[in-house]
Amino acid sequence: MSEFKQTFNSSLGKKLIMALTGLFLCTFLIVHLGGNLLLFSNDEGYGFNLYANFLTHFPPIEVVAYLLYLCILVHALYALILTIKNRKARPIRYTDVNKSKASWSSKNMGLLGSILFLFIVIHMSDFWYSYKFSHKVGFKEYRTDLATNKTTSVDYVPSSPDFEKSVTTENNFEVIRVKDLHARVASSFSNLLYVIFYVIAMGTLSFHMLHGFQSSFRTLGWVHRKYTPIVTFIGTWLFAVIIPIGFAAMPVVYYIESLR
Amino acid sequence: MSLLDAKIPAGPLAEKWSKHKFNLKLVNPANKRKYDVIVVGTGLAGGAAAASLAELGYNVKAFCFQDSPRRAHSIAAQGGINAAKNYQNDGDSIYRLFYDTIKGGDYRAREGNVYRLAEVSVNIIDQCVAQGVPFAREYGGLLDNRSFGGAQVSRTFYARGQTGQQLLLGAYSALNRQIHLGKVKMYTRSEMLDVVLVDGQAKGIVTRNLITGAIETHSGHAVLLATGGYGNVFYLSTNAIGSNVTAAWRAHKRGAYFANPCYTQIHPTCIPVTGDHQSKLTLMSESLRNDGRVWAPKTVETAEKLRKGVIKANEVKEEDRDYFLERKYPSFGNLVPRDVASRNAKEMVDEHRGVGGSGVAVFLDFADAIHRLGRDAVAAKYGNLFDMYYQITDEDPYTQPMRIYPAVHYTMGGLWVDYNLMTTVPGLYALGECNFSDHGANRLGASALMQGLADGYFVIPYTLGDYLATIGPKPVDTKHPAFEKTKQDVIAYVNKLLALKGTKTVNEYHRDLGHIMWEYCGMARTAEGLTKAKGLISALRADFWKNAIVVGENEEVNPALEKAGRVADFLELGELMVDDALMRRESCGGHFRLESQTPEGEALRDDEHFAFVAAWEYKGDNQPEVLNKEVLDFEFVHLTQRSYK
Amino acid sequence: MNLTLKVWRQKNAQTKGAFVTYKAEGISPDMSFLEMLDVVNESLIHKGDEPIHFDHDCREGICGMCSLYINGRPHGPKDAITTCQLHMRSFHDGEIIVIEPWRAAAFPVIKDLAVDRSAFDRIQQAGGFISVNTGVTIDANAILVPKVIADEAFNSATCIGCGACVAACKNASAMLFVSAKVSQLGMLPQGQPERWSRVQAMVAQMDAEGFGNCTNTGACEAECPKEIQMTNISRMTNDYFSAKLFREEHVHDHASSGE
Repeated sequence: MSEFKQTFNSSLGKKLIMALTGLFLCTFLIVHLGGNLLLFSNDEGYGFNLYANFLTHFPPIEVVAYLLYLCILVHALYALILTIKNRKARPIRYTDVNKSKASWSSKNMGLLGSILFLFIVIHMSDFWYSYKFSHKVGFKEYRTDLATNKTTSVDYVPSSPDFEKSVTTENNFEVIRVKDLHARVASSFSNLLYVIFYVIAMGTLSFHMLHGFQSSFRTLGWVHRKYTPIVTFIGTWLFAVIIPIGFAAMPVVYYIESLR
Repeated sequence: MSLLDAKIPAGPLAEKWSKHKFNLKLVNPANKRKYDVIVVGTGLAGGAAAASLAELGYNVKAFCFQDSPRRAHSIAAQGGINAAKNYQNDGDSIYRLFYDTIKGGDYRAREGNVYRLAEVSVNIIDQCVAQGVPFAREYGGLLDNRSFGGAQVSRTFYARGQTGQQLLLGAYSALNRQIHLGKVKMYTRSEMLDVVLVDGQAKGIVTRNLITGAIETHSGHAVLLATGGYGNVFYLSTNAIGSNVTAAWRAHKRGAYFANPCYTQIHPTCIPVTGDHQSKLTLMSESLRNDGRVWAPKTVETAEKLRKGVIKANEVKEEDRDYFLERKYPSFGNLVPRDVASRNAKEMVDEHRGVGGSGVAVFLDFADAIHRLGRDAVAAKYGNLFDMYYQITDEDPYTQPMRIYPAVHYTMGGLWVDYNLMTTVPGLYALGECNFSDHGANRLGASALMQGLADGYFVIPYTLGDYLATIGPKPVDTKHPAFEKTKQDVIAYVNKLLALKGTKTVNEYHRDLGHIMWEYCGMARTAEGLTKAKGLISALRADFWKNAIVVGENEEVNPALEKAGRVADFLELGELMVDDALMRRESCGGHFRLESQTPEGEALRDDEHFAFVAAWEYKGDNQPEVLNKEVLDFEFVHLTQRSYK
Repeated sequence: MNLTLKVWRQKNAQTKGAFVTYKAEGISPDMSFLEMLDVVNESLIHKGDEPIHFDHDCREGICGMCSLYINGRPHGPKDAITTCQLHMRSFHDGEIIVIEPWRAAAFPVIKDLAVDRSAFDRIQQAGGFISVNTGVTIDANAILVPKVIADEAFNSATCIGCGACVAACKNASAMLFVSAKVSQLGMLPQGQPERWSRVQAMVAQMDAEGFGNCTNTGACEAECPKEIQMTNISRMTNDYFSAKLFREEHVHDHASSGE
């Protein structure tokens, strides 16, 4: 076995892969939340749709995106491999429930991760796949008066099915035609079951992060009397509280909006 | 009776060992791999010996009954290990350590051996530090020392309260390295049941595999026993449950003399017995006596009230308390040596002034210390011991005095060995607590670890070579009829045990034996009591072979069978101990004969008649053993009477 | 006290085991847990039955021989002690106590409640030592060890090798045990020359023994009778990746040791 393979096939190596992919996914959460905050701007989806278009069409971002998808798959795959190995390490289970002190989330990362994976599949098929590979998503045309900087929007139906985006200037009006993911989001989030599913998924994310973030630092061997409390603080407040709440707020707010 | 020759080299004390090392024959480095050495027991002495011999190039086969060498009972030593390093610049020297050990042993040890022990003590510390043993350190990074067991100098190296574990893990790591290199073949969960003699020389052993029950033979050019002490003959002791005399006893029955069996050390500060169910006694560090005051109620009436729980210890008025150690030994007070402290506690109990539910305990009171130093300071010093006491007794020693009572802790007696650690059977060696050699009639604190490691690391690697060079590397074959014969003897013996289908459990016999030993061969012994004990043990032994019950079969894990074999040997050893104690009509160290005391009630030696090592020779089943003497010559020290007034 | 025990009985490694219920009657709260089992065993022997087999030796919490998974926790309901230090006053009259052996593929049952922990020995044999022969003549005080380092190394060295960490871990991982030894030697100056090869060898042996992987749940740390810290695992990880990824001269250390 080559040295490289041996390293990453060892127990510690597999842990390292989990930690590195996990941390990469954590950084993505920040970016994703940051971008999605555009959903809260009251601009008929102007900012959000442009942002979605940018993400899917700017080549470097696209590379990173595919790296991200790979990470999700590797993270899930290694979780599966490790779980199977760990189960094999105790072929006969205890009869009594384990009462050793350990946090609930740390003991249920597999369950939490499975829910999240299911969520990611549904989430991506609904938005990412529809957006990129189907024609289910409509278009919007934004006209911005360059003199007053006011934007109005109308639905737009492209002549060619391959149409993606256009930016033109017509008589002091900037005309942007772009896929209207925002409308898709609004319609999805008007469905109560869908909203509940999202909120549950974000709760799951919270618990997954509560253990996962600080755990990945341990796995990397980055434990320090001074810095570990900071890592735990960030893992708890940013990743397990602020980010899940931020994401969960979107379906909730849109659902409430849809009721009006 | 014959006189034994210990083969102590002649010449000045300080040169004996160096000269001897030079005179010993060497085995050619290329020939070493042609020799097999059997090491039984892998504690400090055995583990150190097995590793060191393998490093030299011998093929070592090591055996232990535990599941891993790391669990040998050496691990439980708390206090520390002595070495004459004089790091503290307080006047220590090899000679002083030698002198303290000889004197502490009440002049019943060999000068030559003890000097060698003091000499190599310094190497032990170097060796252990190099292995990564985490001894306590000063802020400057240097090793820390403390004074221990009443010594006037600070020469004790320690690793918090678990020096034994750390030293053992050091030896274990050295052993592991040799196992990894293939120079040591390790047999765990294997109990030695006999030694094989070929033409009078020890050439192998018979073991029982404790998992499968297989009776196996193993051959070697020499057999080293490092199987520890026999304190469990008392049933209750601070020894591990598994500690036993079987290997040493079976060797004794094959011709190795057993020396000074009656010398037992009884440690004063243990947690008292709570009931018949008790399986073991727990030691608390001697250091407690630095600040605790030992007392018993002045009157039997007060004691009675305390026993019944009518009053609490704290309610006993100052004038009703008897701080008996301070009263009798004004200059040493609570810090008198172990044997003196133990004996006085027993006296209180014998006068019915003992306390606790059973009445078999005295108080160790920290009220004064807490008042003087404050609770925090006391907690800083003794916190872990107080916690341990609380854990076991459910009583808080911060608010009420501890109850303590002496317990058997160490046995100074053991297989007789000469200066080379060879027993009276050629090729059979005994190391560590298993032999009798260095502590005389009483062992000083922090000396057991020192002796075990000295024997294993620094003595046997030299002296064994001399013997091996003499006999030559001709292979030893287990096909020799002596192996099969001994194996059949063992099988017959095991079957005899398994055939016991009586009504009384082996453990009950063990407990009965313990009661007899403790009562008559414990802290104070009399001719009358010992004679009675002999009869009692004899009867108990006869009863054992009639009425004991041993369940299960050989071909399985069978702790009942293991225990039966060990108790059968303890029953025989018990009788020998009583014989030895009866023969020695003097008091010395841990052996106190009521008939031999000073007018003040202190131990009175009889150097004229008893300055010898008693080495007992086995003469066959139910035959009285024969006493052989090794006369102790004191060339360099002057014999004095100990006094702690 | 009267108690009901549900005890795992298994004749040997080859046969299947099952729970058997016993009554423990007239138990004193002052007894240790093992003494309670002694009492039950004595009554079994009187009936001609085989006693319950369990590992034990020193009975003062240092040899690491005793084990027992009691009511869902290794070494029973109290923290920082071994089973032999557990007293019956920690239970209440009439309680049902479930006693199981350590469960791990790497710790096969030998009989009843006793398991084979020789995997721990093999991990130590793979590299848990400093290669010095007997007879070093470097004075002990020639090696300076800062007190904080000595204390920290000592904390790691207090491991008694009982296996409670493996028993408690939901993955039956041995990382706390292995890392304690790696840390102890890795922190001390004496351990530096073999630091990078040691960690590789010991981790490889740990993996070969079939222990599970660590998921940082912390159950090991919570159940360790000697309170060994999980920090050790991070130290081991650090050393391992340092050795594997950044120490060119040690890359083949492990390969050359025949693995």
